[in-house]
Amino acid sequence: MRENVVIRTVVRMAVPFIQLFALYVILHGGSSAGGGFQGGVIFASAFILLGIAFGIDEARQRIQEKAVVIASSLGVYIFAGIGLLCILFGGNFLGYAAIPLPFDPPEVRGLMTEAVEVGIGITVMAVMTSIFYDIASKREEE
Amino acid sequence: MKKWALFAVIVVGALLLWAEGDIPPFGDPEAPAYNHVAPRYIEQGAEETGSVNLVTGILADYRGFDTLGETTVIFTAGIAVLLLLRRGGRL
Repeated sequence: MRENVVIRTVVRMAVPFIQLFALYVILHGGSSAGGGFQGGVIFASAFILLGIAFGIDEARQRIQEKAVVIASSLGVYIFAGIGLLCILFGGNFLGYAAIPLPFDPPEVRGLMTEAVEVGIGITVMAVMTSIFYDIASKREEE
Repeated sequence: MKKWALFAVIVVGALLLWAEGDIPPFGDPEAPAYNHVAPRYIEQGAEETGSVNLVTGILADYRGFDTLGETTVIFTAGIAVLLLLRRGGRL
């Protein structure tokens, strides 16, 4: 299957659009259908598609296993970090309105919601890719 | 031991069936779950959270702590799969 020109070409063309669509879904969570969980899964599907079409080693070159593990915790850190930032500025945990940005409180809350969605998206993307790597590597060893 | 387990299961099952009568009917608009904070979310959610999408507003703002837990659950699941399947001892 790895020699199939049609699959390789279509995947190579489709992956950038899948990733762009995933970023759109993540960043558009506040104003239309979408969000971090859905966008993260779509983003991971691009890497999974690469792994299926080109082999797991090719996908590993695009995003390393170490980077995936770091990213999976980075998303949680972003989320919890924004929550702690609110405490530092004298608000409640995850009370976004406490962060002093030069906007009205609803806009600050909207912006922080988007930032939190980005964190969710990073974690979901990394965890999905990590699980795929683990399962695929196991199959190849046997 | 098995008899005691069966007894416990029957007792708990009977308790659950007994309590089930107090659950409001499915889709009941008078149910407490729809009348506590939900009207406030629907009426003022868009102005308060700055998110036009009400689902995102509730998920990431009003219920932000819950969503942080969800993200941690997904992270934990990934780490668990990593620990179970990747036995090489490297990250």
